[in-house]
Amino acid sequence: MRALIVDPVKCTGCRACEYACSFAHDGVFNPANSRVKVSIFLEDLTFIPSVCLQCDEPYCAEVCPTAALEKDAETGLVKYYKDKCIGCKQCVVACPWGSIKIHLGDKKVIKCDYCDGDPACVKVCPPKAIAYEELEDVVLNKQKAVAALYKDIVREMAKGVSP
Amino acid sequence: MLGGYQGKILRVNLSTRETRVEPINEAWARAFIGGRGYATRIIYAEVDPKVDPLSEGNKVIIATGPLGGTVAPSSGRTMVVTKGALTGAIACSNAGGHFGPALKHAGFDMIILEGRSETPVYLWIKDGKVEIRDARHLWGKTVDEADKILRSETHSEAETMVIGPAGEKLSLLANVMFNAHRAAGRSGVGAVVGSKNLKGIVVKGSMPVKVAQPERFMEAVYKAREKLAKDPVGGAGLPTYGTAVLINIINEYGGLPTCNALDAYFPEAGKIAGETIRERNLIRNEGCASCPIACGRVTEIKEGKYKGEHGGGPEYESDWALGAMCGVSDLDAVIMANYLCDRYGIDTISAGSTVACAMELYEKGYIPKGESPIPLEFGCGDALVEAIRMMGEQNTPLGKLLAKGSYRLAEHYGHPELSMSVKKQEFPAYDPRAFKGIGLNYATSNRGACHVRGYTIAAEALGRFGGADRLKYEGKAALDKTLQDVTAALDSTGICLFTTFGLDVEDLAAMYSSATGFECDVNEFMKIGERIWNLEKLFNLKAGFTRKDDTLPERLLKEPIKSGASKGEVVAELDKMLDEYYQLRGWDKDSVPTKAKLEELGLADLL
Repeated sequence: MRALIVDPVKCTGCRACEYACSFAHDGVFNPANSRVKVSIFLEDLTFIPSVCLQCDEPYCAEVCPTAALEKDAETGLVKYYKDKCIGCKQCVVACPWGSIKIHLGDKKVIKCDYCDGDPACVKVCPPKAIAYEELEDVVLNKQKAVAALYKDIVREMAKGVSP
Repeated sequence: MLGGYQGKILRVNLSTRETRVEPINEAWARAFIGGRGYATRIIYAEVDPKVDPLSEGNKVIIATGPLGGTVAPSSGRTMVVTKGALTGAIACSNAGGHFGPALKHAGFDMIILEGRSETPVYLWIKDGKVEIRDARHLWGKTVDEADKILRSETHSEAETMVIGPAGEKLSLLANVMFNAHRAAGRSGVGAVVGSKNLKGIVVKGSMPVKVAQPERFMEAVYKAREKLAKDPVGGAGLPTYGTAVLINIINEYGGLPTCNALDAYFPEAGKIAGETIRERNLIRNEGCASCPIACGRVTEIKEGKYKGEHGGGPEYESDWALGAMCGVSDLDAVIMANYLCDRYGIDTISAGSTVACAMELYEKGYIPKGESPIPLEFGCGDALVEAIRMMGEQNTPLGKLLAKGSYRLAEHYGHPELSMSVKKQEFPAYDPRAFKGIGLNYATSNRGACHVRGYTIAAEALGRFGGADRLKYEGKAALDKTLQDVTAALDSTGICLFTTFGLDVEDLAAMYSSATGFECDVNEFMKIGERIWNLEKLFNLKAGFTRKDDTLPERLLKEPIKSGASKGEVVAELDKMLDEYYQLRGWDKDSVPTKAKLEELGLADLL
């Protein structure tokens, strides 16, 4: 299963993801209506991107009285059906991540939809602070990266050791 | 509405506190694009070129271009256009960050600031609404302090433009800082803002930026981003080491001005190089709006007496000016001096070169020993940091002189020839004796000595545009003209000069055309750049500049480089290059554009 993986350590705070996201959904550039959000903490020299995590037990869907939000087990997406939405905004309140927003134009709910499997944000992020990846690969890469930190030491220690 | 533009200019009269919204003039947008070009057209129409830059009659324009606020690569530029306080010439200082795009989302392409407020104020602009607010409590605050307070008083996610204490005290080296880390550094634009009693501007907006041909625009944007990613400078060198990757490269060419350009090779360059900064101080890269390069450095001093200090930079020019130019290889002192410049709001290039000038004056005995609290000796990190403090605080007679820049400092002590400046603006980090083309560019740059008007170094040192023999005079006039014209147009679109490491003019023209809907090929794009260059020149001619101002410090013309790969070099043929350059530009021998040239560019009515 593929998912949007956010790695704040790599983020440069350029917000191209916000521009790409708003353009992909509205055809205009407006970070205020982006599904992705980069928080910039200038004094702490830190930039933190965030986007809907497509929870397995999504509070947004649980509180929705019209089933306008629904977890799709196959794709992993929490899907939003605009036509079912009555605009009660309970999902906005319920989401612990602040990833469900209200569009400033039509005042309807907006949330990340992975751009139908080809997320626009990913295409403009050369440092890969936001990436669309197979979860297994993400786990494997993390394991390898951690192991690589001490592989040289292990090689030294293994000298002369016969198992 | 025109694509890419918001179509609105905000005019603020600080004397009467009136604000007015005016439409973008489509004819001017087509002729001068936006940003640097369009704003210069306004200055030309509304400001007497002979006006005292710090008087009420001068105006400041904060300008964006039509590509700002989109996903076009590196489109976060904001330009500050005015008559420069340091130079008296037309000034366009250009900064990164996020302010420009935010201004567009707040509904405006530009802000014209005129008049002078009686008491300190700041502007708060949100989604088309403008408030002029009291800023007495902010007067005297450093840039980082003011940035924080302004956001706390307005919106936590607002973008700020502020001047520091240097701008308030009308230091001719004062810059305008954006997002606390990004400087519109040159020509003393911060002093002009300070003279208007304006501490800063805060913007926040949620209005969309629309482009004329969305599909074609995105195609051009993705192509440009791909080219930049593959480029060894834009895709690897700059992201990895920042602009200071150039320290070692330029030093190896023997072109790194050292100790007030007494030499052009710094034996200790490695200690202040980008590679060393990465190893010792780098916390992370910082990207301006929509920038895939993210050359910006966020750094921290990790040991010694400045331990725990952090901030942005140093970028290459700052690193050189505060380092090699002062003979200082103590990286912590260089970085601290850089942070101080940012906090006081002082241009690092001019600041470093002015300290270097003071060091030479001091060592030669022209500055009496009793006038400085610390021996101003080349190579001394403490002297560097102390001199920057004096310059920022202006609480001693020497501090007040330092704040006026190297030319006025050296003139005061009877040796103006020791100022490494053109049109009173300190030249940056490439020695013209080692790169002849950049020398011609320093001499002819409309805003005084500058590397980013026509960055010939791309060809003379980095092999771009087919490369150029750095020591030859032939062909440099044409190279300079071409690069000056491209840059004038590209600046006006609102994207960063660094994109040209990977992009060609056709890429820029494609993004510009599809964003605005003004169909524009490579030739037309270059023509717009040439038009802007000539417009700036016309302003300077009316301000009183002549051919004799298009020159270089005597040192570069007569004193050979002493060591390194360019040993023995001087700039021997400046006049010949100038003649050729004026001819290519369609100007007469006195650098006045001919009537035919102005007619060709549609500027004939401006004479």
